[in-house]
Amino acid sequence: MMNVALVQVKPRKGDREANFAALREIFAQLQADGKPDLIVLPEAAMTGYFLEGAVYELAYEAHAFVDRLAAEWRAAGGKGEVDVVSGFFENDRGTYYNSAVYATLGRHETRVVHVHRKMFLPTYGVFDEERFLSRGRRLSAFDTKFGCAAMLICEDAWHAIMPTIAAIKGARLLIIPSASPGRGLGGDAELESVSHWRDLMCGHAVEHGIFVLYAGLTGFEGGKGMTGSSCVIGPTGDVLAQAPALGSCIVRASIDLADIDVARAALPLLGDLAAVLPDLLLDDELPLPRGHAGSLDGTQGVRERRG
Amino acid sequence: MAEGRLPVIVAKPPDPFTALKINGKVTADWLEAFLHDELIVRRGIKRAVIGLSGGIDSAVTAFLCARALGPKNVHAIRMPYKTSNPSSLADAKLVIDALGVNERTIEITAAVEGYLQFEPDADPRRRGNVMARARMIVLFDQSTKLDALPVGTGNKTERMMGYFTWHADDSPPVNPIGDLFKTQVWDLARYLGIPQSLIDKAPSADLEADQTDEGDLGITYYKADGILSLMLQGFPDRRIVEAGFTPEEVALVRRRVDGTHWKRHLPTTAMVSATAINEFYLRPVDF
Repeated sequence: MMNVALVQVKPRKGDREANFAALREIFAQLQADGKPDLIVLPEAAMTGYFLEGAVYELAYEAHAFVDRLAAEWRAAGGKGEVDVVSGFFENDRGTYYNSAVYATLGRHETRVVHVHRKMFLPTYGVFDEERFLSRGRRLSAFDTKFGCAAMLICEDAWHAIMPTIAAIKGARLLIIPSASPGRGLGGDAELESVSHWRDLMCGHAVEHGIFVLYAGLTGFEGGKGMTGSSCVIGPTGDVLAQAPALGSCIVRASIDLADIDVARAALPLLGDLAAVLPDLLLDDELPLPRGHAGSLDGTQGVRERRG
Repeated sequence: MAEGRLPVIVAKPPDPFTALKINGKVTADWLEAFLHDELIVRRGIKRAVIGLSGGIDSAVTAFLCARALGPKNVHAIRMPYKTSNPSSLADAKLVIDALGVNERTIEITAAVEGYLQFEPDADPRRRGNVMARARMIVLFDQSTKLDALPVGTGNKTERMMGYFTWHADDSPPVNPIGDLFKTQVWDLARYLGIPQSLIDKAPSADLEADQTDEGDLGITYYKADGILSLMLQGFPDRRIVEAGFTPEEVALVRRRVDGTHWKRHLPTTAMVSATAINEFYLRPVDF
């Protein structure tokens, strides 16, 4: 069994010190309640999401961000190792990304396991990400001590091809840090955007037979309310636990990745897709590059430095 | 094989009012959380000041503030002018009594006349603007006195139609109902249990005798909201007419929206550098 904890928070806008101090308290609570195996924090968890030009002042180099997470874990009396996923704004030598890091924090050693850079930067309506940030260029599945995982950030998960590629690459655990401003007042008991998010993620989970861990920011940012609703979804598409839209909280669940095998045996859609995918991708009507495309995102470099 | 003619199921045409439907509880809870966050969490301010006109917008705002802050932290200010309809004061009193909020009545007649005595030929539009701006002077000064925040009461319909006084009705720093169309405000009012007489009365700026909003606008709020809802979703006028409105009604709303974009912005500043505020130098309002 794998014990996961999703941390739904409302950061103080732009106040990294206050937010890391609050995280230290959360780490202490998690430790006291029974140390989880994996802690997942939302997108932009230590700064808030809508930063406009301030993103350049508040971005971290990936290792520096993880070092700070590790320092807070130790300050909170964290015992042994814990894996953490957190969204953050990344400064990679003057190029800025909306990123999520998967890291292992320990008392003596800290490892960056993987950095995912958000590929779909919403730049429409209330969103303005690509004005300030560069987009990631690769979606990777990566090994953790619990099994193969992939990370998507917010709008990444609204494109069905993203969880599909993650699952085809072997991910059994899909981790989604998010910051979703709520819209739509006509729902039965919740904002329409919350329902839409859940429908999408349950669809991803059941189609590919994967676990989905979603951690959302909560609280208002200048009138735009982040809809939290952090949740754990099993490989049959069942919501195992879900937080309310508003209010800081922790969602905990013990999950068994072996459930994936049971789900896929009953509904082997991923295997079917793997068989048909080459034919789909060989279709010359698809707008796909046919030459060799090298990686441009530098993520591999981050892994190699400490991997 | 089926026998005879098969039943035919035809998709319904788009309903212009579908996007206007709200869930009262979801809406009230969300706006209550917004007010709590904006006043208490972000600014550390526990009290709100509201200009209570006797109309439905300020009544809904007062009810939301009472939920978010508690009635004893809500200060309702009635600001009649000498020509104001006495029923407005009475309708505002219904809200005060229903909620148990703090109340004060401050006549603006002397302040308005103090200026207009030098402009005896001012037309009703100018006089109305002076009254609206005088009311904002009162609200902001009361907010300073009471260590409170002025809370705005403008709805989305009047904001989109430009039916307000610039830097007056729109000046409070927070507004819980500014993204709700007028018909949605009525729906929310029903959920909140606001006295029916306030919901049923004809909306009026009450700046002139027998004035009504719908008379001034030349269209009912019901129709205006249907048109605006489709317009803001990006539908062309042709599709809006197909949804059941006349070309004249659509043109009226389009003209009002297109002629008032400036009223929904801050003043235009000449940009002469690469650090121009809100052009290059960009920081969110809550930073």
